[in-house]
Amino acid sequence: MASTSVQTEKVDTGPPADGRTSAGPHSGPARGRHRLAGTAPYLLLLPAVAVTLLFLGYPLVKNGMLSFQNLNMRQLIQHATEWNGVDNYRETLTSDKFWQVVKRSVLFTAVNVILIMVLGTLIGLLLARLGNKMRTLLMFGLVLAWAMPIIAATTVYQWLFAQRFGVVNWVLDKLGWHSMADYDWTGSQFSTFFVVTLLIVWQSIPFVAINLYAATTTIPKELYEAASMDGAGVWKCFTSVTFPYLKPFLLATTFLEVIWVFKAFPQIFAINEGGPDRLTETLPVYAFVEGVGNQHYGMGAAISILTILILLGLTAYYLRIVLKQEKEEER
Amino acid sequence: MKRSWLGRIWPGTLAVVLFVFFAFPVYWMFSTALKPTSQIISEDPVWFPDAPTLEHFRTAVNADHFWTLVRNSLTVTVLAVVFSLLIALLASFAIARMRFKGRRGFILAFMIAQMAPWEVMVIAIYMLVRDGDMLNSLVPLTLFYMVMVLPFTVLTLRGFVAAVPKELEESAMVDGCTRPQAFIKVIFPLLAPGLMATSLFGFITAWNEFPLVLILNKDAEAQTLPLWLSQFQTAFGDDWGATMAAASLFAIPILLLFLFLQRKAVGGLTAGAVKG
Repeated sequence: MASTSVQTEKVDTGPPADGRTSAGPHSGPARGRHRLAGTAPYLLLLPAVAVTLLFLGYPLVKNGMLSFQNLNMRQLIQHATEWNGVDNYRETLTSDKFWQVVKRSVLFTAVNVILIMVLGTLIGLLLARLGNKMRTLLMFGLVLAWAMPIIAATTVYQWLFAQRFGVVNWVLDKLGWHSMADYDWTGSQFSTFFVVTLLIVWQSIPFVAINLYAATTTIPKELYEAASMDGAGVWKCFTSVTFPYLKPFLLATTFLEVIWVFKAFPQIFAINEGGPDRLTETLPVYAFVEGVGNQHYGMGAAISILTILILLGLTAYYLRIVLKQEKEEER
Repeated sequence: MKRSWLGRIWPGTLAVVLFVFFAFPVYWMFSTALKPTSQIISEDPVWFPDAPTLEHFRTAVNADHFWTLVRNSLTVTVLAVVFSLLIALLASFAIARMRFKGRRGFILAFMIAQMAPWEVMVIAIYMLVRDGDMLNSLVPLTLFYMVMVLPFTVLTLRGFVAAVPKELEESAMVDGCTRPQAFIKVIFPLLAPGLMATSLFGFITAWNEFPLVLILNKDAEAQTLPLWLSQFQTAFGDDWGATMAAASLFAIPILLLFLFLQRKAVGGLTAGAVKG
């Protein structure tokens, strides 16, 4: 939460004066520890790397192997291994359905992330402008939405948008939109996506807004004073002071939101299981339905590997920036 | 700066509107849970439960295995978060404070690990756990949840460690502390808010996890609350009162934890950020 702004400022801008080199091989207080100091970082990283390799890397490798197998219910029960080469991949990559889902996933991610980042930033800036009382009030609302467990939030949204007795339909009806009185929100692709998007945006904005507000409190006041002496207005202040200062934070948050939205599973699955007619399946839901639901486990594994590759592609830009910055820092 | 009359009223109004937008679903969950069924199924919504009843909560709490599942969820979540914090603390300290070969690679690896699509690896995980004869056990769940929250925990804690002035540690070492001692005595206490903030995230992730436990633990006694809630909804169909009561019971621990920890975490941030 609050941490991210600290993290990103530290990570991405990498204050050059911050030469954190105390652990270098020549800085230990006692010379006899040189050799130990050299291996210390690796020893400290060992537990994290070991458990990740064991519980993430191993299933991932296993998943990769399954993607080259013809694995259905029968093979699963009989513990049988039937290799079928790249058949799963060939079948997936040549199916129109798969590419439709890819397009849909990317579009879905883009729309959600843009909404989350733009509205989250605006609300974060609003928090910075509010008086204490109003800020506490809005923060309280944001924290409530943020803290709602996903499954609970999804259940509540189903109730809000329930066809009968759902409060949303009632309000729309009272506002004069009488055709909405008994509207079935999960009946069409667009309206189902509308509810899912609202749910995800509602739950994700607080993270961006609260962190952004926290980050703005760290902007030195002098920068604004200097800017306003130069006659900068509100917009100019934003573009010349706030935005450049927050840029690393915004980049890191966008990266996280892309991952989270792209992987969003329970929200879509619980609202309508990817329906109606499988029209709201995004990649993770598609992989789950094909793999677990239809018991084509090998296919599911192949789709999940492709999902990872696509996600890597979507985030490559950010990963490259991080890599470049860390390289510079290391010099 | 002089602000116009409109400029002063407008943000406040907007704040109230946004507050309603964010808080209303949570309010609607609790208030529905407290209403008698006749007020839930009414042509016009009842905005305030004027005759509150605990009947729906009773239905939820008396559902089969409820308390076992509460215990399961708490055990798995707390253990996963504590273990991942311990492991992440070591790793984040190395990444934030030390210069060594391959440091970049480790950071990138944790970032990529964060993308792991756990939902779609369930079959691979199922087979591994089955072959290890550990289905319907809380042990694999704990371990997988620990790894699930680990990358984020490492990367976030790293920011908090980096925000602690290095001079504090150095002066402790000048005073005769060894490096580990300096860490435990000087840095660790300053990290408390960071640990709280990161543990919140871990807690939410693990508390929410749903596809993995769905596949691994078929025994009703070995399941967790998210699964119960999703099944409760199916089992109770249109009984929105009971469903909302169940959702409330599921949400309350997180809401309390959040409201309790949120302020401390933000306080910790500003303390750390002043230096940045």
